[in-house]
This record gives sequence, structure tokens and C-alpha cells, in this order.
Amino acid sequence: MSTTRKRVYGYLAEFKSASALYKAAEKVRDAGFRKWDCYSPYPIHGLDKAMGMKRSILPWFVFFGGITGTCTAFTLAYSTQVVIYPTVVQAKPANIFTVPAFFPIMFELTILFSGFTVLFGLLALMKLPRLNHPLFASRQFHRATDDGFFIAVEARDAKFSPEGTRSFLENIGGASIELVEEEES
Amino acid sequence: MAHATTHAPETRQGPKIPVLEREKLILNGRSYHWITDRICSVVENKQPAIWWLLFIPSALIALIGVVGGLSILVSTGVGVWGMTNTVFWGWDITNFVFWIGIGHAGTLISAILFLTRQNWRTSINRAAEAMTIFAVCCAGIFPAFHVGRVWFAWFLAPVPNANAVWQNFKSPLLWDVFAVSTYFTISLIFWYLGMVPDLATIRDRCKPGLRKLLYGIFSLGWRGGNRQWSHYEMAYLLLAALSTPLVLSVHSVVSFDFATSVVPGWHTTIFPPYFVAGAIFGGFAMVLTIMIPARYIYGLQDMITMKHIDNMAKIILMTGTIVGYAYLMELFVAFYSGAMYEAAAFKYRLTGPFWWAYVAMMSCNVLSPQIFWFKWCRENLWVVMGVCMCVNVGMWFERFVIICTTLARMFLPADWGYYTASPVEIMLFLGTIGMFLALFLLFLRFLPCINIAEVKWTLLESDPHFDDHHDHPDHGVKREAAYQHELKSAHKA
Repeated sequence: MSTTRKRVYGYLAEFKSASALYKAAEKVRDAGFRKWDCYSPYPIHGLDKAMGMKRSILPWFVFFGGITGTCTAFTLAYSTQVVIYPTVVQAKPANIFTVPAFFPIMFELTILFSGFTVLFGLLALMKLPRLNHPLFASRQFHRATDDGFFIAVEARDAKFSPEGTRSFLENIGGASIELVEEEES
Repeated sequence: MAHATTHAPETRQGPKIPVLEREKLILNGRSYHWITDRICSVVENKQPAIWWLLFIPSALIALIGVVGGLSILVSTGVGVWGMTNTVFWGWDITNFVFWIGIGHAGTLISAILFLTRQNWRTSINRAAEAMTIFAVCCAGIFPAFHVGRVWFAWFLAPVPNANAVWQNFKSPLLWDVFAVSTYFTISLIFWYLGMVPDLATIRDRCKPGLRKLLYGIFSLGWRGGNRQWSHYEMAYLLLAALSTPLVLSVHSVVSFDFATSVVPGWHTTIFPPYFVAGAIFGGFAMVLTIMIPARYIYGLQDMITMKHIDNMAKIILMTGTIVGYAYLMELFVAFYSGAMYEAAAFKYRLTGPFWWAYVAMMSCNVLSPQIFWFKWCRENLWVVMGVCMCVNVGMWFERFVIICTTLARMFLPADWGYYTASPVEIMLFLGTIGMFLALFLLFLRFLPCINIAEVKWTLLESDPHFDDHHDHPDHGVKREAAYQHELKSAHKA
């Protein structure tokens, strides 16, 4: 209780525009850093490539989520209408030929399950929700959702060094470089 | 991924393509910070007096109309809805179709205009999506209470119930249950996910306290890192791609409620596309009806520009013309098919006791938007508001004509009757209007009404290659939009 120990999260550097951020991102990528990210108030198109990131794998989850929806709806409709409790309503048959009448619900559940997979898949991939993050302790980071462009290089990156990374960020045009620390309880 | 393109050539050779300068989506060269400030100020500042002047009556009407009207209905029975013994689908189903149709413009703006890269959507999509959610909330009340004993409404859900009878999956009414609930859920996810970065913006501007905590919880800890944006953009694209067929399916399924029956005047194949066009038409009119005043009250003219209003007026003109075509085609088919009952149904629509509703529908929906052919009409906000109000009224009458007048003149002349709404039915309809407005005003009060992140993205300097361009010798001669620039480099590759 006498002293609060602090752990270094990493360096945060500001860049003046989207273009500057883009060029700096290419340099950070080429320097071989792994644990770092670019922060901007809006998505910058093309930054994925500049950061050397792969395309999001979310569509794969959603594809299987959608198929699950289709199968669920088909099983639900077919088993209840044809197998368990065949009911002839409005002279519509209760056999395999009645399947076209199930298409609307199969379609809707495909979309519904896909939508839920998008939501939960996205949250899982973004590692959200979380209540706090070391970066929120920074005095300037709040501008990342307004008009600030930042690069944060984390201390857990193998290439991180207290002096070297700082001068590297300065060299690639970063301004107001800040050492972000998180409090360790 | 090859990283050979790290150092992109600073100057671009090749023929210079002259590009027409686009109309700007954000006027007066506003900065990122100005955009943040202006949109957040709507939420952060005290509301203007007009907000209270609108909110208090709307909330009261909602309370009396919806809570009061439904209390009478539940405690007495659906008979208080004035449904006579032939017209069992009266104002309630009319209102259901009306409200669900209103919602469609929101999804069209957020999904279809996103897929077609219409960047002007960014200024209006948030409010339009909110409108969708609230309209679907209003719509849902009617069929839920129309079932009679509302405490049995859970019978609609496909779970085994006490009767051991399963839902009829072949029935368009059950399709409707799935379509509307899916539509609501997906619209809510789309709306909420779209709002997460903007909620984070408000969070970051708040002083520590309850507000910051709440916005913090709802923004899920968003930081705006590209490792988040990358997945987020993919999720947004996927949701847009899922919503596009969904929105077309919802009103199609609603139209199946009518089209799959054998009632003359309903049993037509034209219904699905006709309903969808009508829904988009009515929805856009509602977007303009609520956005023109909101834009004025909160000083959002630099973001919701006359260009946006012009575009929406053109969409109203186009969809209104499609709807007019559908009306005429219905009449033509009634005549040309030689089906006696079909012809009779349309004869009664035009000349029967409900002729006034048909005239109201035709003049409001087909004739009134035609003045949007003239540029000055699209530029005069009073004219635009006037036409939008006509369309709101006309689209309600369209559903009234389709539902009530058809049921009042079915096969057996002995069943013929005249339908008038009961006081409780009128109460509930007015109540949903109040509820819609009250919810929308609360939305303006607590949530960012314009998509802050996406609006910033439409500024030219948001393009990561803007500076290269800026230093280019042609600077000042030709300014190219970001996507045109991308197009050119794609051709070269």
C-alpha cells in the first residue's frame, strides 16, 4: 500500500494527419514491430495494408452462423409440420412438397443467425467489451475519437526498448510522445 | 502480402483525367473537431425550448393513446377496435403496415446506399436507422394486440405449447412474425454497432461521473485502433449485405399476408415489389419530415446539406413514380385479366363508398411528388415539407384502401359494409404517432444523431493519400475525391 507500482504499457505518439499516420505505419511495419496499433477517429482505408494486417476473418464465422440458421429453420419447420405433427391447413400438403412454404422462415433465420454471429464474432475479434484499458490513462488519447491520429507501440513487443523506440517514433514524425503506464495493483 | 509498394511513387505519371469536382458533402471546410463538437453539443448542451414543446405533448399523447388505449383494449376485448363483422382487419393492420413501411427507408439508407458507395448517406443514416427502430416498435404493437388475448401472443413463438399443436410454418402470418422480429433485431444490431465509435467520442468528452460511466459501458471500451476498425468495417459490410435482402424481404412478406389469400384486390403477384417501393417512398418522406426540422433546430446545415435533401427528394420522386405505375398496373390487370371479381373490386375502390380514400391516395402519392421534377421545388424546404406530409398521409391511405375497402366489399354482397374506426382505434393510432415522436426526441437528446466517424471519413483530407495529392503539381486545378483516386491506382495495377 505504501507505493503504487506502475507498469509501462508503451509509447504513444501523435501524427498530424491521416497521411502522416499512413506513412508512419508503413515504417513501423517495416521496422518489424508486432504489438502496435494505429488510432484514428474514423477508419482509414488502406491502413490495413500499410500495417501489414490480414483481412478480417469475420466472414468465415458468419458463413457458418448463416448455415446454422438455415438448418435450424428447416429442421424446425420440417420436423414439426411433416414428421411430428402433420397438419393439412388450407389444402397445403404435409410432405416433402411443402418445403417451398418453409423458405421465407429459412431465409429469415439465416439472416438472424448471421446477424448475431456478426455481433458476437466482432466483439470476440475486437476483444471487447472491456471496462478499462491502459491507453485511457493517457492525457492526450481522448483525442483519438475526435481529431487525433496516434500510434501506440506496446512494451511487450520484442523490439521495444525505452530509448530506441522513443527515438524511432520521433524519427518517423511522431509528436508529443508519451510513455503510457498502467497502475498495477 | 507483398510489401513492395512501401514507397509509393510520389508523382503519378500517365494521362491526367479531368474530373468534375463533386459537390461537397460537408460545407464550409469544417474540421474534424468542428464536426465532433457540433454533433456532440446536441447531446451535451441543454435542449432548446422547442424540444420540450414537442416532447411533452408527444409523450402525453403516447401515454394516453398507447397506454390508455391498450388498457381499454386488454380489459374489454378487441371489439373496442370497431372491427365490424366483415372487416376484421381495420385501422390496426393498416397502421401496422404503415409503420413497418416507414422503417424501410432507414435500412435502405444504411445498407443499400452503403453497398452502392453513396457517401452522402453518412449524414442521415443514424437518424434514419433510429427512425426504423422506433417505427418497428410502433408497428409491433398492432398485430401483437390484434391477436385478442395478448397474454397468449407467445403462441406465435415456435415452442411446444399446452395444445401440442405447432405453429403453421406454411402460413404467411407466421412468416411475418419471423420477418418482422428478425428485421427489428438486425436493425437494432446495425444501429448499435454503428453507434459504438460515436458513443466512445461522447465518453471521451465527458467529465468523470455517471454520464461517462454509462457512455463508457455502452461504447464497450472502444479505442479506435485500426486492429478494431478493420474487423469493424468488415462487420459493417456484412451487416449491410445481410440487411439488403432482409429489407426487401420484410415488406414482401408483409405483402404475402394479402397476396397469398384469395381475396380479389389482394391476390396479385405485383404486391411484393409494389409494397417495397411504397415502403421506401413513405420512409424517405418520413426521414425528411423529421430531419428538416431537426437540422434547423440543431444547426446541422453544414452536414445535412441541400444536396442531401435534393437527393432524397429525387428518391421520393422516383419511388413515387414506381408506386404510381403499380397503381395503374393494378387497374390495368383488373381490366385485362378478365377476372370478374378482380374487376369488381377495383370498380368499388374507385366508385364505391370509399372513393375518397382512393382519391386521397392517388393525389398524395402519385401527383404530389411529381412537382419534384422542378429544381426550385426541391430547393424550397416548405415545398419539400409539404410534399412529405402529403406522402405520409397518402401512404397511410394506400394501406387503408388496400385493407379496409377490400374487406368491406368481399365476395358475398350480404357481407358488404362500411368501415369506420372506433375512438379506441383512433386513440391508439394517434398514440403511436406520439410514441414515435417522443422516442425520436429522446434519441436526439441522448445519442449522437449523425454518424460522427463516417461523416469525418467523407472529408477529402481523410484520404491517406491526400497529402501526396496536395503536393502534386496539379493541386488547385483538379481536386479528386478519395474513391476516384483509388479507381485510378486500381486501373494502373
